[in-house]
Amino acid sequence: MTEQPNLDYIKEISGGNEDFEKKFLTIIQTEFPKEKSDYIENLERSDLEESAKIVHKIKHKLGILGLTGGYKLAVKYEEDLKHGDTKLKEEFYQILQSVEEFILKIA
Amino acid sequence: MRCIIVDDEVSARAIVLELCKTIPDLEVVAEFPNALEALKFLKHTQVDLIFLDIHMPKFTGVDFIETAKDPPKIVLTTSDKNFAIEAYGYDFVIDYLVKPITAERFQTCKARLERAFQTSKLEHVENSIAQTEDEDLYINIDRRLIKLKFGEIQLIEAQGDYIEIQTQQKRYRVHSTLKKIKEKLPESRFLQIHRSFIINFTQIIDIQDNSVLIERNVIPISRSNRPELMQRLNLL
Repeated sequence: MTEQPNLDYIKEISGGNEDFEKKFLTIIQTEFPKEKSDYIENLERSDLEESAKIVHKIKHKLGILGLTGGYKLAVKYEEDLKHGDTKLKEEFYQILQSVEEFILKIA
Repeated sequence: MRCIIVDDEVSARAIVLELCKTIPDLEVVAEFPNALEALKFLKHTQVDLIFLDIHMPKFTGVDFIETAKDPPKIVLTTSDKNFAIEAYGYDFVIDYLVKPITAERFQTCKARLERAFQTSKLEHVENSIAQTEDEDLYINIDRRLIKLKFGEIQLIEAQGDYIEIQTQQKRYRVHSTLKKIKEKLPESRFLQIHRSFIINFTQIIDIQDNSVLIERNVIPISRSNRPELMQRLNLL
């Protein structure tokens, strides 16, 4: 079964503070779509160095949303991009899609 | 303790801010999305600690570390494990937190911060004591002003309208009060431990029950002054 995003980490950090959880999810809902579109835009322009920088930011969010496997893949993909290698881009894109769907679902 | 958070990701700042709430005496005074704004802020505002992201566009956390003059203590926050060893080359870097920062890992950071600030506090007290070693006080004895170095004074005892100042060499009787002399003495070195006694606590030999031994003098400690004395000691 494919790894699914979850809110375990956010709940751990919040210690039950629901106001923080709501506020934090709003931040993710604003920040993630922008990072995703910036990533795609830079990849299309073949600016792999800039793409790597955005993957670096996105991987943090994958960790926040409990995507351990996705986080590991992002770590590798970030390094690959720095060396001009884009072979993990499809796999990474699938992860981005699952995060986006999750964010829309919890909105 | 006052701190700032520097990170270009709003979500990362929000997490650090929430985790900081678990440290009771830590106040987050500002947040910055980039290190340049933080540098400007630090020109006019003093803080004790910075949570600093390494990977930021244009001006990175590393650039910040290399640019900042006499920076406060820093906890690095990053998704990149590769910089960890290099980071510990800077003595003001207390910890290195890999994102996403877990609550458990933050507790370890909290303990490291407590140790680091405790050490700084002790160093500050030791420096203050060392600075007063050669400072002095003049007392009037039979119309003669006699210079006493703070480092030489062992204790001062109230005797009616007089006080008696015990130095390593001699005991002086001066027409004054404990309250008056207390105002002239450096707090880093002297402490009132009884309504009739002020001691130079750097000269304590030992403390037993409710008394302090300074050279051959046994000085009583009053119940109300005991907590402050115990707090000032570097207890193991």
